[in-house]
Amino acid sequence: MTATAGAEQAIGRLAGRHRLRPLEALPWVIAIAAYFLFPDYLPLGAQVLIMVLFALSLDLILGYGGIITLGQAAFFGVGGYTAGLLGAHGWSEPITGLLAAGAVAGAFGVVTGLIVLRTEKLTLLMLTLMVNVMLYEAANKASTITGGSDGLQGVVISPVLGLFRFDIFGRTAYLYALAVLFLAWLLVRRIVHSPFGRSLTGIRENVARMHAIGSPVLLRRLTAYTIAAALSGVAGALLTQATQFVGQESLSVDRSGGVLIVLILGGFGRLYGAFVGAPLYMIAQDRLSALDPSYWPLAIGALLIAVVMLARGGVLGICDTLIAWLRRRGRP
Amino acid sequence: MSTSAAALETRGLCKSFGALPVASDIDFRLEQGARHALIGPNGAGKTTFVNLVTGALPPSAGRIYLGGEDVTALPQARRVKRGLARTFQINTLFRGLSVLENVALAIGERMGVAGDLMRPAGSRSGVIERAFAALERLGIAEDAGRLVRELPYGRQRLVEIAVALGLEPKVLLLDEPAAGVPGAENGTIVETIESLPAEIAVLIIEHDMDLVFRLARRITVLVQGSVLVEGTPAEIGADPRVREVYLGEREHR
Repeated sequence: MTATAGAEQAIGRLAGRHRLRPLEALPWVIAIAAYFLFPDYLPLGAQVLIMVLFALSLDLILGYGGIITLGQAAFFGVGGYTAGLLGAHGWSEPITGLLAAGAVAGAFGVVTGLIVLRTEKLTLLMLTLMVNVMLYEAANKASTITGGSDGLQGVVISPVLGLFRFDIFGRTAYLYALAVLFLAWLLVRRIVHSPFGRSLTGIRENVARMHAIGSPVLLRRLTAYTIAAALSGVAGALLTQATQFVGQESLSVDRSGGVLIVLILGGFGRLYGAFVGAPLYMIAQDRLSALDPSYWPLAIGALLIAVVMLARGGVLGICDTLIAWLRRRGRP
Repeated sequence: MSTSAAALETRGLCKSFGALPVASDIDFRLEQGARHALIGPNGAGKTTFVNLVTGALPPSAGRIYLGGEDVTALPQARRVKRGLARTFQINTLFRGLSVLENVALAIGERMGVAGDLMRPAGSRSGVIERAFAALERLGIAEDAGRLVRELPYGRQRLVEIAVALGLEPKVLLLDEPAAGVPGAENGTIVETIESLPAEIAVLIIEHDMDLVFRLARRITVLVQGSVLVEGTPAEIGADPRVREVYLGEREHR
């Protein structure tokens, strides 16, 4: 091979993209530090971690696969109710409950994906929204099973691994959520750097070309959709187990919109947008709502407008621009 | 039917959009290793024909054969697996990815490793090396690391061809390969097409008559969705009907 320096670099970049960089340890260092630094905020912290997981699952299909969805809470809720119903009917072991929730949400992803993924863009957006809305109404009507608008009562969750009880300070919930998030991150990271993940990016970049190079586009999109659904279901189950409660809010379109905003704020299609957007969104929500309930919607509205108009790549996009600018200044 | 199957054949191929027929009763044979051009005025249905053959559009009637096998009912991806590749009239590439990865994605699909969920894409060194070799063959290896959207249009046209060749096709459909390319770079594309392996059957859809007469050994003229005439370049050049509908039109411009 007679590769020039530039070409060798190109090959190296492509061949080594999956290698871990030191900076990727940062979210985990912060998460563990936060456990010790803010012991009074662990319940909120657990919710942030769950939101990160939820947003990470969305990033797989939206950021990488280009599947625009406004109904991801359907899977979050399916997972949440699965874990809740198991806990309320005697299956209180959390880890199997989590796996069951992921499996049920994933199955729901296959079934709905087969229908909605045949469409694109606005039609796809509307169909995912409709699935979400219909499921919300179904949960409302089936109040004998779900508890309707009162939520599901009597959810009992055993200690994790038979050792760690879900305590009132949220210590167990926080560490449990962190461990699950870490495993999910490993999985998603692996997927996005795999040939499958690259072909998802290809689908996002140009569907017509993917068809023309012989890619089974529907199968690829359905696979990604199912994995994301299962992970969203696991996130929903985590919330149920951490709070020993599941309400209709877990299925709400508000939640679908919220996770989308989290990803837009953080920056999508880059794996770490969820890790930046979720804390930003949820901590701002917590602080501002404490001041005055009307501040939060106002602030998030203003923030969204700012991001959409000024920084399409979200917070991480701003960082990229900044780094590029500093590099240019460093080399006059 | 002849003893050796054509690389590509259509029989009675029809397509209408509502009441508008855009392909009517097209019988077409692309022989093994052919250098065949499909020409015709604007709106003659050339690109529609390509879309029918590749499966991007379903035909209203008629059959499509690849190497003698009926592929009319097969989806696009399965036809590609049977050796049918195309380029697009307007660049249809992964603009945000590097040139190397554009070709690597195609090669990954051909080698059947693109569905792998767990192994890092970069560890598939066979794919990347083949992709790089494909770029070298077309003389665009130095652009391997650049994003497609950063390349001049003419270079992107070469990437189009590189991606299609990455599929190791038996039949290659080139939809106006030189469209939008300034004259100076035109030559590179012609040379690239001339140097394609002889065993690939090539169908060139083209407007540019100089290019057609230089590259094609057979020419089919399409007018209003039907085949007007087929023959050697000399026959087509001398045909009065062709002069009237096609060459005549060109002289008016």
